Parts: sequence; C-alpha cells; structure tokens
Amino acid sequence: MRKAGGARVEGEVVTGAGPARVAAAGRAPVAGSGAPVGTGPKTVGEQGLDARLIVGRGDFRLDVALAAAPGEVIALLGPNGAGKTTALRALAGLLPLTGGHLRLDGASLEHTPPESRPVGVVFQDYLLFPHLSALDNVAFGPRCRGAGKAEARAQAAAWLEHMGLAGHAGTKPRRLSGGQAQRVALARALATRPRLLLLDEPLAALDARTRLEVRARLRRHLAEFEAVAVLVTHDPLDAMVLADRLVVVEHGHVVQQGTPAEIARRPRTDYIARLVGLNLYRGQAGGHTVRLDAGPSVTTTEDLSGPVFVAFPPAAVTLFRDRPTGASARNLWRCEVAGLETHGDQIRADLTGELPLAADLTTVAAAELGLHPGASVWATVKATQTHAYPA
Amino acid sequence: MTAPGRYGAAAGPRTDGPRRRRARGAPLPLLVPGVAALVFLLLPLLALLVRAPWGSLPDQLTSVEVWQALRLSLVTATAATGVSLVLGVPLAWLLARTDFPGRGVVRALVTLPLVLPPVVGGVALLLALGRNGVVGRWLDAWFGITLPFTTAGVVIAEAFVAMPFLVISVEGTLRAADPRFEEAATTLGASRFTAFRRVTLPLIAPGVAAGAVLAWARALGEFGATITFAGNFPGRTRTMPLAVYLALQNDPEAAVSLSLVLLAVSIAVLAGLRDRWLTGT
Repeated sequence: MRKAGGARVEGEVVTGAGPARVAAAGRAPVAGSGAPVGTGPKTVGEQGLDARLIVGRGDFRLDVALAAAPGEVIALLGPNGAGKTTALRALAGLLPLTGGHLRLDGASLEHTPPESRPVGVVFQDYLLFPHLSALDNVAFGPRCRGAGKAEARAQAAAWLEHMGLAGHAGTKPRRLSGGQAQRVALARALATRPRLLLLDEPLAALDARTRLEVRARLRRHLAEFEAVAVLVTHDPLDAMVLADRLVVVEHGHVVQQGTPAEIARRPRTDYIARLVGLNLYRGQAGGHTVRLDAGPSVTTTEDLSGPVFVAFPPAAVTLFRDRPTGASARNLWRCEVAGLETHGDQIRADLTGELPLAADLTTVAAAELGLHPGASVWATVKATQTHAYPA
Repeated sequence: MTAPGRYGAAAGPRTDGPRRRRARGAPLPLLVPGVAALVFLLLPLLALLVRAPWGSLPDQLTSVEVWQALRLSLVTATAATGVSLVLGVPLAWLLARTDFPGRGVVRALVTLPLVLPPVVGGVALLLALGRNGVVGRWLDAWFGITLPFTTAGVVIAEAFVAMPFLVISVEGTLRAADPRFEEAATTLGASRFTAFRRVTLPLIAPGVAAGAVLAWARALGEFGATITFAGNFPGRTRTMPLAVYLALQNDPEAAVSLSLVLLAVSIAVLAGLRDRWLTGT
C-alpha cells in the first residue's frame, strides 16, 4: 500500500507545487477557501461537518450533535469529565462510535479507520515525536499519505516557514518552547491537509504569559483555515476568542450552543453562568415579576410569561448591613455571607439565605460593611440590571 | 524537565551526608551478612584471576579449539539474539498493547523458560523438534530438516532460553512508553504497523537494546539446553560453556583460560550497560 502511494506521488510531479500552494492558501485564506482540495463529493450543501456522536462507556454516555460549515471554528466547552475529549477522539476515529453518524463533506466516516480520515489532530500536550526534528514531525503526515521523502520535507519546510518556525526545522521537540511546540503540532496536523481539524485544549499546556500571544497566533491560523475546526477547552476565554460558535457540553450532552455573545448574555446552566460570571436563576414569569424556583421573586424590565431564566452580574448587587429604608422593597433579599474571596481587584461575596447569589464589591466597601463569613446582609438588584429570557 | 534535575542537584549534597553516616552506623546483623555476601560473590571471580595460567594463556587462547568454540559461541549467541528480536519484539508488543483473552496466562508462559531448568528446556525441545518429536517428525519427513545436534539446534536452544529476557524487557519498556504517540501517528495517516515502526520502535530502542544485550549474554552462557538438544560436537555445537566443561575434565588449565574469556565478555557487556543499570536509579 505504501509502495503504491509512493509510486503515485512520484508520477504526480505537480504535487511539487504543494508547499507553495499550501503557503499561498495560508497567506490568502479567502482565495484558498474557494477551492477545497479535500476528498468527497463537491455538493455544496453537504460541505462541512455533520455528526451525531454517540459513545457509551460504562455508565457514561456521550450523545452530542455537531454541525459546522467549512471555515467555521467550533469550541466544545464544558467541565472536566463532560465528554469533550471523548467527542474529539470519536471524531478522530480513535474511539469507535456506538451510535449516530459522522459525515464530513458528504462522506460517511463512521467505519473509516483514523489513518484514512481526512482529520488532523493537535493533541493537548502536542505529542510531537521526540526522536524526530520539527521538520520530520511535520513531514510525517505527508510521508504517510504517500509523498516521497524530499517532497514531504519540502512541504514540511513550507509549513514551518508559514508558522514562523523556519529557523527551528532541525530542532528536536524537547528544545522547543511551549508556544513553538504548539505551532509545530499545528503545522503537523495541517500538513496532511485535513478537512476537519481537531484541537484538544490547545492552550492548556502553556503558562499564562505565553498563552496570550499563542492564543492570538492560533486565532489567526484558525481564521485562515478553510475547513472545519473543532476545539475542546474548559477555558471560556479561549473558547470565546478562538471560536465562532460554542457548544457547551455537560454530562455528555449539549446543554447550549450559540455565538460567544449569545452564550455570554443568555446562559442556560449554572456551569455556563459561572463561566461567564453571572447569577442565574430559573423561574416562572408573569409580567414583570418572575417567581424564582429558589423561592423569592425578582422584578425585571422584560415582560414575559412562562418559564424563564433571570441573570444579573455580581457587580449589579448592592449590599447593606441594615435594611435599606429609602429603597423600594422589590429585589431585596436577606442573606448571609458564606464566604469572601478576592476576585481581581474586587471582593466577591458568596451569599446564602433567601436567595443564594454572588456579589462583587470594592475592598473599601467590604471593609466599611464589616463583612465576614456569617455576617447577615441585605442584597438588592435594580430591575434594569437584570436580564430575563425564555427558558 | 529541568525541574527534577535542579531538584536532584540541590538535594544531592544534602542527602549524601546522612547516607554516609547511616552506613557507618549499620547494625551488625545486617553488616556482617552483607559483607559476607559480597565476598561470596567476588571470591570465585578473584580465584579465577589468581589461578589463571597467565604464562601459558597466549598459547591456550590461540589454539584452534578455543577459537572454534569462541567463534561458534559468538555466532550462535548473535543468531539467537536475532531470532529473539525478530520474534520477541512483536510478542512483547502484543502483550503490551493488545487485549486478548488469556493474556495473563500467555505472559506467564512466556516467562516460564526464565525459571525452567535449562536441561528441562533441552529435553522439551527434543520432544518437540527432535527427529521423532511432535513437530520435528514432520520437519524431517517433509523438508528433510533435522535440528537436534546441529548448529541451528544450538541457536534454537539458546533462543528458547534467552528470548524471554528480551520479551520481558521490551514489554516493560513498551508499557512505560506513551501509547498516545501511536495514536498521534495514526491521525497523521500511519497504519498501526507504520506507527510502530516509525514512532514506537525508535522510542523504545534503548529498552530493545538492553533486552538484546541481556538475551545475548544469556545465550552466550547457555549450557544445559544446548548440550541436551544440540549435543557436544567440536566446531558444530561445542560452544564456549561446553568447551569449558569438557576442558575441566581433561585440561583444567584450559578450562580456566576459557573461563577468563567468558568473564572478559561478561565484563564488557556490563560496561556496555553501565549507563543504564549502574548509574541509573
């Protein structure tokens, strides 16, 4: 099989234009996106990813539907153990599906072994082959897909140059910095010209300082990638910066999806609310009043009826030691401080009582109120600062 | 990666002191048998050096018989190591990377030749591959191949005894190696075999080399299975250990000389593995 592949490439001298085209496509993403070089039929309606991934393992069951158009970047966001990595491995073919389907550019891949899928993976800790130089790491894919040695190396060199790593071609992975290793891993995955690029926690292995720069770089590379990219992360910032659309997974199921702005504005689970930093409650709306499942009512500006979510930021909460007299009695709850922690330059108070909520206040305010765990406080929120939306 | 190194360097001088003090204060019930064990292990080797016929050594070692035996030993041990590599590495991979029913039993059976008395191994080989053996009968009848009492028989006897060392060593290295590198190779388009050949094998090369050296040393010293299965024919199956044993009956001085050669080879092997075993851990 390898022999046949090698022979094919030798005959196909045109592939020599490969690296140039690779680099060109990279630099001019718009031009490149018009001519996908992938496999499968070119029916426009079927381009991209269409998957329902069902994987059962013991008592854990993953059931996630994913769809994406070429050029789109999707982030699978969720807590540890939600099944994100399982979904990624299933897409790559490293884990068999127990049900559902997986179509990429119209071609069914459920029974295609990983080595035959047009899928590239950037692993969490990159998994660069330690015995190979950066160049040979990147050339590995093209070699396996049938390119001759010189041809594969030429392609790899073009990719490294594109990633700004031309000077590190001969470097062994252990001598690369975290950010460089990540770029080599990305180049290695892209060098096979995948129609689906998977990134598993692409920034998790980096320290905070390099993270910012690497994130910006990765965003650029993902933006110019012409096929579907799916990245897995538990970091909401990474997800929101890198992805066009977020798919939030909890306990093996999609709990919410949408653009980063939608998700940040209208969280639908406690997990997402915590990620985007909002107090979130479920309740029944009747006009401007929402009776929360947690007990008390909240007055909102929205006029809704039926089951709704109510969200407001911790910074919108005002705390008083004594019951405020002048204020209206609406959106006023008696709470107890359960815990205090610094949150940036603010103090975040964790409150229990009538309505459990998080409140942010300045250090000065916290000191003036004499807050300490166990202290009882009154919390209020203006109706204009709440946001209610149908559940 | 640099962190443990730095830690080690910093911890080095600190732990050295207490360790030396502890050695000085070692309780007698441990110190005496410990030193006795050391003497016990080294004394025979010293005796070998003391009683070596240094004067006649050049003559002894240049005799045709010695060279014949030494060459045969080196050739057969190397061949047995080759057989062990070609068959043993795949077996180690199967044991480490696949899951099949009864794997535990297979693993135990693989290690059996490690503990089996080599003579028993030789007898078993005779029963399997001998002229009237379970398989040997057909080899003889169909292909005219006779293995016992041939040089090939020596290789088989040595490989039988030595291969488990290699398998166990390589399997351990494979288990310690990250299987996700193979997965990464797979996502790049490599078949499982290509992934093994181009990624896993280079990664476990040190373990394979150590296993091969171990197997080679074991094969070089093989006596029981060889003499049982392959006999003792000069130039054909008389390897160094057999020559030593024979010489001891007729010409003890020659036996000592031959033993010295084997000792030298063993020390060379140990020196080759120095980095791995003596300074490691």
